[in-house]
Amino acid sequence: MALRRFDIEAGGDRFAFKPETEEKIAFWRGKYPADKQRSAVIPLLWLAQKDNAGWLSEPAMREVADRLEMPYIRVYEVATFYTMFRLQPVGKHHVQLCGTTPCQLRGSEGLKEVCKKEIGKPMYVTDDQRLSWEEVECLGACVNAPMVQINDDYYEDLTPESLSAILGRLRNGVDVAPGPQIDRVNSAPEGGTTVLTEPSLFDGSRNKVAALPNLPQPPAPQPTPEATGKPEVKGPTNVHREEPAKVNDRAEPVKPEEARASAFDDLKRINGVGPKYEQMLNDMGVTQYAHMAAWSQAKVDEVEKLLGFNDRIDREKWVAQAQLLAAGKFDEHDREYGRGKD
Amino acid sequence: MSDTFKLNIDGQEVEVPKSYTLMQACEEVGAEIPRFCYHERLSVAGNCRMCLVEWEGAPKPIASCAEIVGNMRPNKDGSAPIIRTKGAYVEKARNGVMEFLLINHPLDCPICDQGGECDLQDQAVAYGRADSRYDENKRAVEDKNMGPLVKTIMTRCIQCTRCVRFVAEVAGVEEIGMISRGESAEITTYLEKSLTSELSGNVIDLCPVGALTSKPYAFNARPWELRKTSSIDVMDAMGAAIRVDAKGDAVMRILPETSEDVNEEWLSDKSRFVWDGLARQRLDRPYVRQNGKLHAVTWPEALDAVKAALSVNADEIGVVAGDLIEAEQAKAALDFFSGLGVKSTDCRPAGAQYGTSGVREHYLLNPTLAGVEESDALLLIGANPRIEAAVWNARIRKSWLWGNLKVAVIGEAADLTYPYDHLGTSPDALTSAAVVEFFKGAKRPMVVVGEAAVCRADGAAILAAALKLAQDTGAIAEGWAGYGMLHTAAGRVGALDLGFLPAEGGKATADILGSGLKTVVLLGADEVDLSKLGAAKVIYVGSHGDAGASRADVVLPCAAYTELSATYVNTEGRVQMTTRAVQPKGEAREGWAIFRALSAVMGKALSYDTADDLRAVLRGKAGENTPFSGRGYAPGAKGVAALSATLPAGGASLGSQPFKRAVADFYLTNPIARASRTMAECSALATSLDTAVAAE
Repeated sequence: MALRRFDIEAGGDRFAFKPETEEKIAFWRGKYPADKQRSAVIPLLWLAQKDNAGWLSEPAMREVADRLEMPYIRVYEVATFYTMFRLQPVGKHHVQLCGTTPCQLRGSEGLKEVCKKEIGKPMYVTDDQRLSWEEVECLGACVNAPMVQINDDYYEDLTPESLSAILGRLRNGVDVAPGPQIDRVNSAPEGGTTVLTEPSLFDGSRNKVAALPNLPQPPAPQPTPEATGKPEVKGPTNVHREEPAKVNDRAEPVKPEEARASAFDDLKRINGVGPKYEQMLNDMGVTQYAHMAAWSQAKVDEVEKLLGFNDRIDREKWVAQAQLLAAGKFDEHDREYGRGKD
Repeated sequence: MSDTFKLNIDGQEVEVPKSYTLMQACEEVGAEIPRFCYHERLSVAGNCRMCLVEWEGAPKPIASCAEIVGNMRPNKDGSAPIIRTKGAYVEKARNGVMEFLLINHPLDCPICDQGGECDLQDQAVAYGRADSRYDENKRAVEDKNMGPLVKTIMTRCIQCTRCVRFVAEVAGVEEIGMISRGESAEITTYLEKSLTSELSGNVIDLCPVGALTSKPYAFNARPWELRKTSSIDVMDAMGAAIRVDAKGDAVMRILPETSEDVNEEWLSDKSRFVWDGLARQRLDRPYVRQNGKLHAVTWPEALDAVKAALSVNADEIGVVAGDLIEAEQAKAALDFFSGLGVKSTDCRPAGAQYGTSGVREHYLLNPTLAGVEESDALLLIGANPRIEAAVWNARIRKSWLWGNLKVAVIGEAADLTYPYDHLGTSPDALTSAAVVEFFKGAKRPMVVVGEAAVCRADGAAILAAALKLAQDTGAIAEGWAGYGMLHTAAGRVGALDLGFLPAEGGKATADILGSGLKTVVLLGADEVDLSKLGAAKVIYVGSHGDAGASRADVVLPCAAYTELSATYVNTEGRVQMTTRAVQPKGEAREGWAIFRALSAVMGKALSYDTADDLRAVLRGKAGENTPFSGRGYAPGAKGVAALSATLPAGGASLGSQPFKRAVADFYLTNPIARASRTMAECSALATSLDTAVAAE
């Protein structure tokens, strides 16, 4: 970072915010109490820079200081501390070229050469006032390296050729679409996706098990284990859910009243079932109290074996608990067995 | 919860208040903690890391200046935390800090003015390595302009930010800042404009390295070849403690000394940089005007000329004492002239209307300079402490900033570096409802009248009204005398104490100068209107060739304040003494000795032959209580009783003319300052700045 000083000559002696900026200034100042107005110095400097063709002149900085009733030196300190405040004139299109390691590894050195050739030294403004450039530290778009920021937009996945083309177009007053400059959407793979490309994954045609309990079934009739069409539980099935919709979003706590209507009951309410077991039970297709209430002794033995413990289901009377809960007798259940912990 | 906390520092148990910093606690047991950025009178920055100490159990060394004892916790077993300020751990930490500080610091000590009194130099010797391991390029920083007083060599800066904090907190003008960051960080004023504070010279003392040094003193001397003399400043009426550094017969520089009751450890720029005026325009031999031109003569010839001039009717003689007169000279002169029967003697060249009541407390700053820190409401009447007592202004600002002082002003609405209620510009505002409202609820009100308020026709009425206001608002109470005068001249209170005032039937300054007296004696009085003197014979006794000397018919050279041991009484009534640092110039004599010699020539020899005899007379006999009996303390609230009575208003009523400034130009108030090139430069700069502001 080189010495940063105001370009006094280029700054002239006058600066005024644009009338339409006043609203934004009022917005930022409104965020701070009357005696802490100086907290708004950075947003105001930023607005001043926007209103002053992309750089902060000395009168512009003074204007900000006067508005916030700050000594000039205090604003000067802030303006020189943050390199995003440019103290020298810049072109209409100011290129901030990322030179930090990921971009460098992906070829930002080559881009630098382009800038030097097409524009000149850093912070030099071309004679037509259209272009200038500087090297900056990481702009946080490493996945699309190498990249530059031109005014407010990112231009990513550049090559010397594409950057050169962009600069040429900007110089001629032609707009360039921001974003990746190769065949790629945002940060998606180049040339399109290479996995999960089967159309049937997305058209719903593979959604054979329409009756899966974990699918939203708005006016769902109480499904029985038989009706779910779930295969017999033989082991951890690690069911692959075809539908990516967030039907299994259990972050929302289910209120007891709603539990019956929902496809998922809060199995944790059963004393003895924790989040882990609930997940395992859900994976077996057991998602409702009713499912468990209908368990036969043989089924209980089978599940115990699967969960890897002996006699616990009997001892803690999961089935009896589930029967109460399935019948909606929550209070009675809590009295009898105690409410299960989450 | 107890207010103290136990610490074990270097094996010594100590209990300190919780408000202490760890550094203060360490100093309590006598441990020496090196520091650069920390300063007692500034806020804590904690950025130099030199004050690291070891706290047993802490993962890292602790910056002791920024660690509040109240935030520390005892050990697990409840015992006091163990702090070590010595030992290999601390040494290594400080050694590392020092190495970093020296990375970019140039090794230009041989040409650095700070050399010999440099914190970095001293501490590098004490805590640093013997050699450098740094092979890279050093950083260089452009020098900055900070005005005619402060010279900058910014490559030497270690970014302690003491100067930034000083101008923002103490001086009250936010003009220095640190711009950019990291390796590019630089200390500068805004766009290299000059500092506009009257206290800017203090950043030179504060700078722990040679980055900010004295511009007038640059390359003049080395600290170890200077003779250092503790003395008293006479540039304003505060009587700040100073150290006069001299080489041979020249004063090389003036530095402040610590005096908590007066100037803390600051000094105004005028007091600090006036020393070049002590070597210019000096009167080093007597002169007598012959055929319209002043000719150098011998002392006997000059005294004969004076004798001739004084051989007129005593009523035709007038004496005006100037601003810098020391008590000894005033006493000898007064004794001499009253021996001749002269009645027209006055020590108020600007025509101030104080001193006539015979009560000392009426013209003292009774609440005392330090007392403002106890006050909670201060009313300044026709006073601008920023230019009349710049260092005191910093103390007012401190009380406003950190204490609960509020300030109101009746008079010129100047920038005092702190906000105040402006209650009016003219004396009639003294009786307004706003003043009563301002003092409502104040426990320690303070009314201070400035010189400008009493140098006018209604001056006596203003004084009376101000005293009445103080009495009415409860400013005069047991243990608190909240009424005072802020003087502008160092010699004034001493002369008033001696009664250097018109005797019964005598004339005051304006009449002495303007009523066609035959002989007028000016004791260093140059700021008076000399144009109406007419054909009067003028005898000038003073140290500098200024307005008075150029009008004079006889010039008697006397010593300046650095050249004699003399008594001054500051605006609080604090009796202090200067110390002779250098010899008087040429044939100049101490002021009192001139009048002793004159008295012999006139055949009415004064009773004292030495300065000590004279001072014994001043002090009075054993058991007698005169203003000069004690030394070094301010009477303060002792004068409450005398202030309870009302003061005669002198006939005039409070006028509606606005108050004027007492001091037109801070930098040029007296002959010494007017002889100083540095002060002239500062004055020119300040004037141009004033004009620029006015133009906006």
